[in-house]
Amino acid sequence: MLETGEMLLKKLMTVAGLMLASLAASVPAWAETPAAAQAKWNMPVGVTEISRSVHSLHMTIFYVCCVIGLVVFGAMFYSVFAHRRSRHPKPATFHESTLVEIIWTVLPFVVLIGMAIPATGTLVKMSDTSNSDMTIKITGYQWLWGYDYVGEGVSFYSRLDEASNAARQLDSGIDPASVENYLLNVDKPLVLPVGQKIRFQMTSADVIHAWWVPALGWKKDAIPGYVNEMWARIDEPGIYRGQCAELCGRDHGFMPIVVEALPQDEYEQWLAKQKGGDEAPAQSAETAAPATEAAATESAVAGDMDADADAGESEAPAAAAGDELSRDALMETGRNAYQANCSACHQADGNGLPPTFPSLHGSAVVNGPVDAQIAQVLEGKNAMPPFGYLSDKDIAAAITYTRNSWGNDAGVIQPAQVAAAR
Amino acid sequence: MAHEHAHAHDHDHEHHGPPPGLMRWVKTTNHKDLGTLYLCFSMLMFFIGGLMSLVIRAELFEPGLQFVHPEFFNSMTTMHALVMIFGGLMPAFTGLANWMVPMMVGAGDLALPRVNNWGFWLLPFAFALLLSTLFIGGGAPAGGWTMYPPLVLQTGAAFPLLIFSIHLMGISSITGAINVVVTILNMRAPGMTLLKMPLFVWTWLITAYLLIATMPVLAGAVTMLLTDKYFGTTFFDAAGGGDPVMFQHIFWFFGHPEVYILILPAFGVVSTIIPTFARKPLFGYDSMVYATASIAFLSFIVWAHHMFTVGMPLTGELFFMFSTMLIAVPTGVKVFNWIATMWKGSMTFETPMLFAVAFVFLFTIGGFSGLMLAIAPADFQYHDTYFVVAHFHYVLVPGAVFSVIAAIYYWIPKWTGHMYNEKLGKLHFWLSAIFINVTFFPQHFVGLAGMPRRIPDYAVQFTDFNQISTIGAFGFFFAQFLFIGNIMRCMARKGEKAKARAWEGAQGLEWTVASPAPYHTFEVPPQIDDAETQAAH
Repeated sequence: MLETGEMLLKKLMTVAGLMLASLAASVPAWAETPAAAQAKWNMPVGVTEISRSVHSLHMTIFYVCCVIGLVVFGAMFYSVFAHRRSRHPKPATFHESTLVEIIWTVLPFVVLIGMAIPATGTLVKMSDTSNSDMTIKITGYQWLWGYDYVGEGVSFYSRLDEASNAARQLDSGIDPASVENYLLNVDKPLVLPVGQKIRFQMTSADVIHAWWVPALGWKKDAIPGYVNEMWARIDEPGIYRGQCAELCGRDHGFMPIVVEALPQDEYEQWLAKQKGGDEAPAQSAETAAPATEAAATESAVAGDMDADADAGESEAPAAAAGDELSRDALMETGRNAYQANCSACHQADGNGLPPTFPSLHGSAVVNGPVDAQIAQVLEGKNAMPPFGYLSDKDIAAAITYTRNSWGNDAGVIQPAQVAAAR
Repeated sequence: MAHEHAHAHDHDHEHHGPPPGLMRWVKTTNHKDLGTLYLCFSMLMFFIGGLMSLVIRAELFEPGLQFVHPEFFNSMTTMHALVMIFGGLMPAFTGLANWMVPMMVGAGDLALPRVNNWGFWLLPFAFALLLSTLFIGGGAPAGGWTMYPPLVLQTGAAFPLLIFSIHLMGISSITGAINVVVTILNMRAPGMTLLKMPLFVWTWLITAYLLIATMPVLAGAVTMLLTDKYFGTTFFDAAGGGDPVMFQHIFWFFGHPEVYILILPAFGVVSTIIPTFARKPLFGYDSMVYATASIAFLSFIVWAHHMFTVGMPLTGELFFMFSTMLIAVPTGVKVFNWIATMWKGSMTFETPMLFAVAFVFLFTIGGFSGLMLAIAPADFQYHDTYFVVAHFHYVLVPGAVFSVIAAIYYWIPKWTGHMYNEKLGKLHFWLSAIFINVTFFPQHFVGLAGMPRRIPDYAVQFTDFNQISTIGAFGFFFAQFLFIGNIMRCMARKGEKAKARAWEGAQGLEWTVASPAPYHTFEVPPQIDDAETQAAH
């Protein structure tokens, strides 16, 4: 059965038409998107010298591919059209040509060398982290980022903002389009100065994450046991958004990164405020937990677990650990801590998501020895990440909450017990 | 006397046909039966893996979570990949090899028929184990098909099942590969020199060596994961002196050749089909063989281009960037040769040819994005985004999968003795070609614009392209039922009866025997007629 060339052409045009139509149909929708300023079709140019080099490498190789494609596909479609049987009934018999084969081996070589030279230059520049003006240590956690301003004594955690978090729950009933910067907003952005060579050091406390802000021009893995380095010098003040780029478990899609680049003087004011603006003692990132989130007042939502943690720990950890808290206080704090940290998997009603996340109703862990439950919360198990970065009070309260809700009645535990188990 | 004896057997003695009943399929050692079993199994897996992809695409139709929880979404992406690679594509190519390699080299069967039976029957058990993890405590594996620690060690009760099923798949692949190698090297008909072998046989010979070299590496890597989880070792645990990045090096030392395991036989299929329908010998047979071998060699020294962002030293990044870019040279030679084969041919466009031409076109687009990904500094942006998803789906779906479809259309007259329905085949082609581009082309855009892969939910500016992509995926999935219908039609012996040489321009020993091919093909080695071999110098 033969396909005539006209039929084939007609079909090809139909295909092209359909694809164009489907693309065109989507164009008007963009105009309504609130985040229309963000990149849609192509890699953003970015705001660092490196990102501009990367973008120009990307565009160069893209154009090279386009030209090669035009020649190769041009030859192919010409042949499909002109050398079909109805127009070209007697096939040629040639089946090799050493000269032609050598030419089309050597030519790509030359093109590749032409590409490799600028790529090498950019790569060398990117890997030079020397002579930096300041260093930020980034730690990936399941599922938030810890930032440490090395030498400044400032560190804090940055996690998905409350509005996105509420809207992203299954069947939340909230339209994501109504949330500003849905999934690309955090409670506390990383604030950086413009014009400074900033060295970033990445590591991770649990699984592998990757820190990626497209406007800076790169991403880098944060790996437990490793410290990776990259650098950036941001040109323009602004807010730049990115996300974790390495599969890191259940909430991998909900681990945004926001960089707020400020002019030098504003950055210094901000930094000074972080250092001295609060009575909370600066702690190192390893032990700090959200208590070091000095700007507790900025934690927007009342009853937010971070705010609770600050309240609990600002009295100094030893005092908090020694205090006996009432059952009601623990249950109240525990409900909030549970909603913020546990409910995405175990559900607000404790029903869990079997088979991955068991129900807490009558659960053997929740109703069993308290030490085992504390250990599981601190260290994690299977798909449950470790929650050791939460404060003693939050952990104790959340455990108390699970042990005394949904028909469970397994007693109250105090922050001191958690502190002892650490 | 001996001649008479053989002649008498040609007709109606029962041991020349398959034994009747269901046990025939369980106990068979016949390469054609096992080829059919492999192909049916892979078809089932393609549909299961396809359903998983529809779960993924349905969830991504809109921002926000509508259908599944994030953990289950991750399970779906993980299982989709494992099922498609190890259950769909690899058995499909093994099925093609089972059917065609003995016929193409003039052998009566594969060299190790009982091993062949074992190799196949491991697969249903392996996948029963793997798929059972969807129903057990802790949920199915959700750490990605690459199984990077420490994340994969968070898998619950599914973990040992995952590892064991991978071991079984690996053993199955190795037995299949050894069988192919021994058959090709020892059982060619007299006069069939290596450089007269059909390209499909050549590509499978090289693929088989890749399998034998890399599957044990994967087995080692997953065994180390197993002992890390249950036996207190710390191969990949930094806290115990191990190294999580070492897993990635070992995994991709397997994983990169693996992607060529999935595409080299496809090159062979396309190099068989294009000359047939261009009615012109394959251009540059020798350089095709050398290019295939070079690609196979290079595939062993480029693994870390999957790990550009892992923090390698500059020299490492440069080495892996240059070696990866080099792969474009032999791959380019292959594409140019295919086009030179079409050039000044006398082409007709039956369904296998349509799929083969689409393969050349769309696989090359996947190759271009691959070249872009090879540029390490740019890869710092592309890595782990939908740009990568678009890239590898372009090489694996309109690439490898299209070649499998083309091969089935091309050889099914030989398998069943009946021609498929050409109109249905063409409709299947056009729907597949359109929908596959609707599915994957927009993913280039969202990837470049900043959408990471493996996320169950995304920022609203990516909505439009994701919706197009989802529509394409559903369209592609449902279009495949036309294919099933067409195959069923041939198997039910409907449709025009096929001639021995079903295609006018077809060359090769398989077309010298009747259609359908007799249960035992060559009892006496065939005479090699130079006109039947590809390299008719």
